[in-house]
Amino acid sequence: MSSGKLSQEQLEFQKYARSWLAENAAPPPPERLPITPLEVMSEAQRDYLQDWQARCYEAQLVGTDVPKEYGGWGHQGCQRIANQELSRSGRPFLINVVGLSMAVPTILVHGTEEQKREFVPGALRGSEIWCQGFSEPGAGSDMANQQTFAERRGDDWVVNGHKVWTSLGHFAKWMILLARTSRDHKYDGLTYFLCPIAGHPGVTVKPLVKMTGESGFNEVFFEDVVIPDRLRLDAVGKGWTVAMTTLTSERGVAEGAGGGGGDGGHPVEQLVALARRSFRDGVRASDDPITRDAIVQRAIVVEGIRQNARRARVPALVEHPMRLPLQTKLTGSESTQHLARLGVEIAGAHASLYKLDPAAPDAGHWPLAYMNSYGHTIAAGTNEIQRNILGERVLGLAKSK
Amino acid sequence: MSEDRRAPRDFGFGPDEEMLRDLARKFLDEQLPVEKLRALVASDPARVYEQGQLPAWDAGLWKQIAELGWTGLAVPEEAGGLGIKLAGIAGLMEEVGRHALPSPLVATLCASFVLRELGDVAHPWLARIADGEAASLAITDGRGSWDPRDSGVTARAEGDGLLLSGSAHFVQDAFKADLFVVSARGDGGTALCALPADAPGLSLSQDHIHDLTRDQATLHLADVRVPRENALGLDAEDALRRAWPALLVTVAADLCGTSEWQLQTTTEYARARKQFDRALGFFQAVKHPLVNAMVEIDRARSLLYHAAASVDADAPDALQAARMAKSAASDAGAFISDRSVQLHGGIGFTWECDVHLFFKRSLHNQALYGDGVHQRRELANAIIGEIGTD
Repeated sequence: MSSGKLSQEQLEFQKYARSWLAENAAPPPPERLPITPLEVMSEAQRDYLQDWQARCYEAQLVGTDVPKEYGGWGHQGCQRIANQELSRSGRPFLINVVGLSMAVPTILVHGTEEQKREFVPGALRGSEIWCQGFSEPGAGSDMANQQTFAERRGDDWVVNGHKVWTSLGHFAKWMILLARTSRDHKYDGLTYFLCPIAGHPGVTVKPLVKMTGESGFNEVFFEDVVIPDRLRLDAVGKGWTVAMTTLTSERGVAEGAGGGGGDGGHPVEQLVALARRSFRDGVRASDDPITRDAIVQRAIVVEGIRQNARRARVPALVEHPMRLPLQTKLTGSESTQHLARLGVEIAGAHASLYKLDPAAPDAGHWPLAYMNSYGHTIAAGTNEIQRNILGERVLGLAKSK
Repeated sequence: MSEDRRAPRDFGFGPDEEMLRDLARKFLDEQLPVEKLRALVASDPARVYEQGQLPAWDAGLWKQIAELGWTGLAVPEEAGGLGIKLAGIAGLMEEVGRHALPSPLVATLCASFVLRELGDVAHPWLARIADGEAASLAITDGRGSWDPRDSGVTARAEGDGLLLSGSAHFVQDAFKADLFVVSARGDGGTALCALPADAPGLSLSQDHIHDLTRDQATLHLADVRVPRENALGLDAEDALRRAWPALLVTVAADLCGTSEWQLQTTTEYARARKQFDRALGFFQAVKHPLVNAMVEIDRARSLLYHAAASVDADAPDALQAARMAKSAASDAGAFISDRSVQLHGGIGFTWECDVHLFFKRSLHNQALYGDGVHQRRELANAIIGEIGTD
């Protein structure tokens, strides 16, 4: 969207989305939901969230702008309105975040007609959950250092290797897989596949346990896994380019795919509520000037992120087209981390309590959210890498490698 | 925190505002490139800092600015001004900050924001401003309080007018002003009066300040007679409060402009300067702080235009939005000022490097009308509630 003004279609869609969301509450979840879809652990959570995504899909809030022939609804410029309204409504997030914000945009750009018809509808409905296979033990920030190897055998590829940090891998039917097909070229030796996961011979998904003791992401091992060539996305050796499409989608619109945590409300309001219930040196934390200043600092950052998203769509107020979009992941993940960290500080001695303890404030949310926040400052290109990208692409500084 | 439903998605920054901003940029690029600024205000450190002379400015350039109509930007059309949206003023003020323009423009805009809250009675004064006169607010006491009730001037009734005595402190660009808008404590509350700079009994004493791109003074009033028509409001505290968001936005915009100049200039240096056979920007100890500064500046700019749009839409939370913008702009200004000197290395610490001009203007603006801590204390009262009330 280049214009700040909404079209007639967008205005009508906004009105419709608001009323649909107002009238269609999600039922209470079977158990407390995590903060983001990347931490969904139990099958009960999964089933509940898949039902919710299917309802949102039927209501045209998902796949809004995707062409009808690929299972979408064929609107123009209405997906971001749907995203805003979902987010504003405080309804549960959409579970198939990798499918919606990474696989679908990539398939729509690079896929064949058959691939678009086969894969997009299930991802939109949420019936087929996707995971991402870009990270390896030796390929984190240096993403082109992929060692998982796909060897051509007739009409098939045979894959051997090891992926890590695979969120949603334990529920996934499909993986967007970046694999090495040639050892002669670092970047041009990569190829992109749509790889079957659940129940596929040779694929082993093993949960990784996070520092919080929770699971939610995985290691995926490939042992002579056969992938038919029709599941290759775009040309052999073009994997790096395709992966860049995926990552620009991820960094640009990932937040749009999901709504709030379902039962959280505005994070600053949650902090204020916590401060009113907590004590610091005998007085309410909400009366402590330093705590008050810290809360308002967080409020300013949260509002700044909102207004950055608004300004990014006003070309006259943007110096460089990528300057604001490339900040989204950095500022969002650090804001989340600092909010959670402040919650821990405000909770004081009570922040020592794990969620099993009935006296833990907000059911142990703050310390867990703080620890889980490192997933976001590390994943999708660490924030150190994000700063390199911003410094190099936007400020034009020399490459740090 | 706030709802945008009443404010336009593009902050009201449309083609007219863009044209004004681009015109200001072109005009100032031509009239005040940094070499010219340096020659104008920083030819000799002794002039201001030892001999105590007033910082230099270009009165001819100011005349051109007045002819362009910039003094009347915030003057309503019915009083002869342009009456443009605050979003447009913010865009122009960013350019003013980016060029560190020495002029009474900020002071004049701020005085206009207050005068226009006083209704028709202020129109003759606003008309003078629209005609090119410079104005300045004299509303701050000797302790530097930003509370509109805290004036260092008292007013008492005399005939059908007022008699003012006392001092107003931290008056911006006072030596360039043709008229002052003075607040005074009186029986009926806070009075606001317009005084011509040559009013009998009015005098200025120069503040010796760091910033080379403005002047500042204490305004002394020794039984200054104010006729009825110049006493614009006897209980004018509300007018000051209503004008406050626009004041904050204006100074925040100037800060965003200086900050962007500092970022671009320091970035350029980090691209060009080599050490250990590498451009400085190769090193992450240089690159990452510059990115952090950019992130802070962008946050401030986005909050700035949100605040301007909120004022233009008369949104109930406009003051909150303006305080967020001023807090973010002050803090971003402090951070990039710090890095702009440090990352230039030895040269950054010298008089010949231009960064000190912007460093000092930014430092002055960071405090003006309240720094980040001040704004956040006020915001806490709005967001969390006053201390001891829950």
